Amino acid sequence: MFADRYDPLQDEMVSILTPDGCCDETLRPDLDDEQIRTMYRQMLTMRLYDRKAVSMQRQGRFGTYAQMEGQEACMAASTYPLEPRDWIVSSYRETGAMWMHGVPLKLLSLYWMGNEFGSHMPDGVNVLPVSIPVGSHPLHAVGLAYAGKYRQDGSVAVTYFGDGATSEGDVHEAMNLAGVYEAPCVFFCQNNQYAISVPVREQTASPTIAQKALAYGFPGVLVDGNDIMAVYAVMQEAVERARRGGGPSLIEAYTYRLGAHTTADDPTKYRDDAEVEFWRSRDPLLRVQKYLHARGAWSEDWEHELLEACTGEVEQAMNDAEAVPQPPPQDMFRYMFAEPSAALREQEAALLAALQVQQKG
Amino acid sequence: MATRTLLEAIREALHLELGADERVILLGEDIGREGGVFRVTEGLQACYGRARVMDAPIAEAGIVGMAVGMAIAGLRPVPEIQFMGFLYPAFDQIISHVARMRNRSRGRFTCPLVVRVPYGGGIHPPEHHSESTEAMLVHTPGLQVVVPATPYDAKGLLISAIRSPDPVIFLEPKRIYRAVRQDIPEECYTVPIGEARLVREGTDVTVIAWGSMMHTVLQAAESLDASGISPEILDLRTLSPMDVPAIIASVEKTGRAVVVHEAARTAGLGAEIVAQINEKALLSLEAPVERVSGFDTVFPLPQLEKYYLPTPEMIEAAVHRVLAF
Ligand SMILES: Cc1ncc(C[n+]2csc(CCOP(=O)(O)OP(=O)(O)O)c2C)c(N)n1
Repeated sequence: MFADRYDPLQDEMVSILTPDGCCDETLRPDLDDEQIRTMYRQMLTMRLYDRKAVSMQRQGRFGTYAQMEGQEACMAASTYPLEPRDWIVSSYRETGAMWMHGVPLKLLSLYWMGNEFGSHMPDGVNVLPVSIPVGSHPLHAVGLAYAGKYRQDGSVAVTYFGDGATSEGDVHEAMNLAGVYEAPCVFFCQNNQYAISVPVREQTASPTIAQKALAYGFPGVLVDGNDIMAVYAVMQEAVERARRGGGPSLIEAYTYRLGAHTTADDPTKYRDDAEVEFWRSRDPLLRVQKYLHARGAWSEDWEHELLEACTGEVEQAMNDAEAVPQPPPQDMFRYMFAEPSAALREQEAALLAALQVQQKG
Repeated sequence: MATRTLLEAIREALHLELGADERVILLGEDIGREGGVFRVTEGLQACYGRARVMDAPIAEAGIVGMAVGMAIAGLRPVPEIQFMGFLYPAFDQIISHVARMRNRSRGRFTCPLVVRVPYGGGIHPPEHHSESTEAMLVHTPGLQVVVPATPYDAKGLLISAIRSPDPVIFLEPKRIYRAVRQDIPEECYTVPIGEARLVREGTDVTVIAWGSMMHTVLQAAESLDASGISPEILDLRTLSPMDVPAIIASVEKTGRAVVVHEAARTAGLGAEIVAQINEKALLSLEAPVERVSGFDTVFPLPQLEKYYLPTPEMIEAAVHRVLAF
């Protein structure tokens, strides 16, 4: 329905919940207040996690971290329609989405604290490790989707990437392959309007990213990425379509990165405060709050309760991750192959011997 | 003369060449408005405009591939790849086109371009930001591969690279971008590609390294000095073409050698250096040549990083071993 009615070539954007919290009743998805409250709580957890991560990075307790502040609606609402058998293949900015799909916050923290075990997903959690090389991973989602189709297990693979990633050839190969093989795959592009310092208008000459799907023979929909209802609705449609054999879709979620690119970035170099302030007023959490408030489903007391509970959850995850001992040097060698090669064994022994000498010396 | 960090020296070289030759064009991700993620190109777009300091979409294959066309058309493109770990999408262009254009066209078309790439570990970054895979490039016929270790060399080598009639991959030791300062001439000068630098003379053993590892070697040299050992230190500066005569001359003098690199051990450049020494100076050797290197593993995340990179202690130990042989 959205894919047919909203033309990305005409810059038409699906929007259901306005910035002041009013809902377009004609488009309202089947989400009751309790579900919206749950999603609000999830978004709040992401927000708190993000802030905690940044402050810990400043204290030297966290590695370089890619913030998601401002993009919480994209992550909460796009993962909400998924089933455990579905796959998530994401870049580095989707901590929230990975968590929503079953990766514990502790594990995600461990990764950003520089421990490879942060990518050791729990059994049964269909989430691939963070992919840092921009645009390289959507192809993996196509492969996972094809495998699901081949086995007829009804799974869908969802891949997340940024606006900048759409400049990489691999992303286009992924979309083309998905189109050719009618893979049950959803391409979810978070257009947060910047790729580090480069604004999206310098990234591509096409007015929307969503319209690129048309060239690959499947639907592309532009959606307000700060609107949980709209993101949920288009995602649900795309996932259902993929699940029933209708092939891939591309969703462009128009959003904004409120924070820096990473903790190593200074955004004042390339954008002004007024722009950031404008987008603060379009904060995805704020509009859900307004919506719930108007329906009598939000109160300050509840907000405080949530803040306390979610802060506790975040603190716990961080503490648990910090409590994980640093891995031993042997770990570098242990996971290269099913069986370490002779060269690896020799190198490991040499390192351990050298460390022993150093310890004595 | 002016005091410059390695990073400033690179910027100065770019500045001078942009000023001197209007064919020179920089392109890369975030190099314009932002001045690059390391700020190497800071201020250059303001000075030379967007047509000459181009912010590129995120497309490494695209950036290098486009540079091929620009170079053939007579421009002097200097693409920047943000980190060595993101050079790989451009390998097809580099290996299949950049390195072969002259040969394929029997000299009719050439590829005078310089791909600038920060490389190496030791900065506690996320995954894929610590690569040191220079051997893959050196192994590719048709490429010149340059790695400066000092501000003076960085500036002089980069200017030579931009003026070279053939392609250069210019690897920048990002760990020491700001860690080393040196008084260097403010004007243009060149350091020839293909010549190693004798960092210091010694009598007991030749230690060969390049890039950031030079500084680890210098640390080791201090302790070796203290224990009465005199290492001769050679900074290769250019990995391809390699200054084999300089290596051989030194090994003939000292009779011993240790090669240090942070790249993985197997088929790392150390292997080639050992082979060259075997072929040309076997009879001067008093001991087998040792390699101190990274491991045949993925470069680890920050918690294990310190175990991956060669340390001064490991270099000292290798020196002691070749001396005790
Ligand atoms: C192949 C590759 N090239 C360059 C980089 C360096 N880099 C990291 S993030 C980034 C910008 C990505 O922008 P976008 O795809 O819009 O995603 P966002 O970071 O905004 O979420 C760049 C250039 C990289 N990680 N991988």
